[in-house]
Amino acid sequence: MKKILMTTAAIALGASAAGAEEIKMGVLLGFTGPLESLAGPMAQGAEMAMKEVSDSGMLLEGDTVTPVRGDSTCIDSAAATAAAETLVTSDGVKGIMGAMCSGATTAVLQNVGMPNGVVMISPSATSPALSSMEDGGFFFRTAPSDARQGEVMAQEILDKDISSVAVTYTNNDYGKGLADSFQSAFEEAGGTVTISAAHEDGKGDYSAEVGALASAGGDALVLIGYVDQGGSGVLRGALDTGAFYTFVFPDGMVSQALEDNFGAELEGSFGQLPDSEGEGMTTYLGMAEEAGFDGSSAYSGGAYDSAALMLLAMQAAGSTDPKVYKDMIMEVANGPGEKIYPGELAKGLELLKAGEAIDYDGATAVELIGEGEAAGTFREILFEDGKITTVGYR
Amino acid sequence: MELINALVALTNYVIIPATAYGAQLALGALGVTLIYSILRFSNFAHGDTMAFGTAVVILITWGLQAMGISFGPLPTALIALPFGIAVTALMMLGTDRVVYRYYRRIRAQPVVLVMVSVGVMFVMNALTRFLIGVDQINFADGERFIISARTWNQMTGMREPLTLRTTQAITVVTAAITVVALFWFLNRTRTGKSMRAFSDNEDLALLSGIDPDRVVKVTWVLTAALATIAGTLYGLDKSFKAFTYFQIVLPIFASAIVGGIGNPVGAIVGGFIISFSEVGLTYAWKKVAGYLVPAWEPDGLVQLLSTDYKFAVSFVILILVLIFRPTGIFRGKVV
Repeated sequence: MKKILMTTAAIALGASAAGAEEIKMGVLLGFTGPLESLAGPMAQGAEMAMKEVSDSGMLLEGDTVTPVRGDSTCIDSAAATAAAETLVTSDGVKGIMGAMCSGATTAVLQNVGMPNGVVMISPSATSPALSSMEDGGFFFRTAPSDARQGEVMAQEILDKDISSVAVTYTNNDYGKGLADSFQSAFEEAGGTVTISAAHEDGKGDYSAEVGALASAGGDALVLIGYVDQGGSGVLRGALDTGAFYTFVFPDGMVSQALEDNFGAELEGSFGQLPDSEGEGMTTYLGMAEEAGFDGSSAYSGGAYDSAALMLLAMQAAGSTDPKVYKDMIMEVANGPGEKIYPGELAKGLELLKAGEAIDYDGATAVELIGEGEAAGTFREILFEDGKITTVGYR
Repeated sequence: MELINALVALTNYVIIPATAYGAQLALGALGVTLIYSILRFSNFAHGDTMAFGTAVVILITWGLQAMGISFGPLPTALIALPFGIAVTALMMLGTDRVVYRYYRRIRAQPVVLVMVSVGVMFVMNALTRFLIGVDQINFADGERFIISARTWNQMTGMREPLTLRTTQAITVVTAAITVVALFWFLNRTRTGKSMRAFSDNEDLALLSGIDPDRVVKVTWVLTAALATIAGTLYGLDKSFKAFTYFQIVLPIFASAIVGGIGNPVGAIVGGFIISFSEVGLTYAWKKVAGYLVPAWEPDGLVQLLSTDYKFAVSFVILILVLIFRPTGIFRGKVV
């Protein structure tokens, strides 16, 4: 009896191996924790790309792609590592779209990605430390390093004739990294930073932080934080006590929630986020709207691109083995070849199958530089009549 | 004039925020202390009880707003508060029946009950998220400011802004009313007295015919009321997010222990000690010093501790108190 069972199982296994496979892909994001409101649209973006590829039936032998979600929590590296470990060892994912925050991403890369040889593409980890980290060629990101954002932010502030600012940052890899790169860029260009103080996330009360910032003074407050977390708390406090009237918001703050909760009070405040204009983004926004989620939420387009890149690289390499297809990612992302935009993944797969080269442009005009990170264009935003308006790109 | 500017800056950034925060901590600490003295364990689920109660209040507030009911210049949430307390009280009584009653019957060690409350905390935490979601919610409506920074500047023409938010005033007033009502209940009513007797000596209280089940039930209802009021005030003043209530448990316990756990007066004093030291010790005195001593232009921020160490302040006070006066400032009880 036992033998019959085993033979049946063996035959079943053999049969499935020959035909279309089910490829599992990890979607590792901070579904709980300080960025939980951004995680939803990101996951939906990534899953939309996977569904698109799956439905096309063009991937390798007509393989289907199944997303498996994992919770990286953003702040708890141990939890992120455990979630990634589960994805890789028990679900057997062929690649991980994630993780979300820089700290969690570093931990997952060191403890799970590299040792197990699984490709990771993060749409949102922006710590400069990740640029120079040993990654064995398994790590990429469709987000630019904060070193670049610091320069852009400094320039944007100086262009508005503001020469003295106070800085507060969320106390983690992302906050510290961006605050430092901003401060050095700003001071180099002749500006003054009156104070650079950290704030802890997850607390309701930020009176002490606001008091210290107000005492140091400055013409504007650069608020490097998370909109679901301390960022909003500090902002609320600063507005209510009249400590500052002009604010500068980097990516973690720019979201619908900021507009909904503060809107009219932020007249004249401005910010920037890694984002791109053009055909790709417009198409993506339309697709997202059709699918019933907000594609303009930060990094949602990048998540779509991250997932798409991995699947296209698989097709280009003719293998789902991360150790093989990792070498194709840069090629697929940078071309040369026909440009592929969101919604055209089937076309991309077809071209690759025919042995032609493609240049995946995606929602965020993907162009990977250096060790595999986005070159970075930034969307500048301004609060006008209580709404976030886009003033330009740089 | 310079002196007034210094005073205004101090009031705006230290005194007003710390007072409101202190009142919220005090109400939270009262709930913890009540459970500790009567049911004899540290209730770690208190923060999430606050979150649950607030979530219910928010849902009712939305219902009221949809019906077009408002409270004039005051937040609608104040009308919803009694209903929120009722639902939370039912929830607490249910939890007690399903969970805690069993451990009381087998006379479990306090530390076992603490672990049980940690379990309850996780369940409540998840329940709140299911109920209302994970996003940040602002549910304060009505007039936002009693004095706003801009009107103050126009009125007085002073350089320093001063603000007093409606929610800050409501917090302090409501907290005061709640505390007076609680003390009246504990000291003047029959039930309150039986609760105190039960707390002082359980066996003696049972001998004199006090119904323990009733005491337990009343305690849970009171705790639910305190938690819901504290949570709602905190949410009104800041904003509601399930995550922050989970974190506020630490300063609440610090307040209760510093004041003397099991002692209601201690809980209130502890709340204000923690809040004032958190804000005061990390305040950058540069501005105030600049006003008071015009000739002195400090290079630094004249800050005793960076704000990163805010949490550390409560812990240092906590450790000092535990070393030198483990019963707290107002002799609490130690199991």
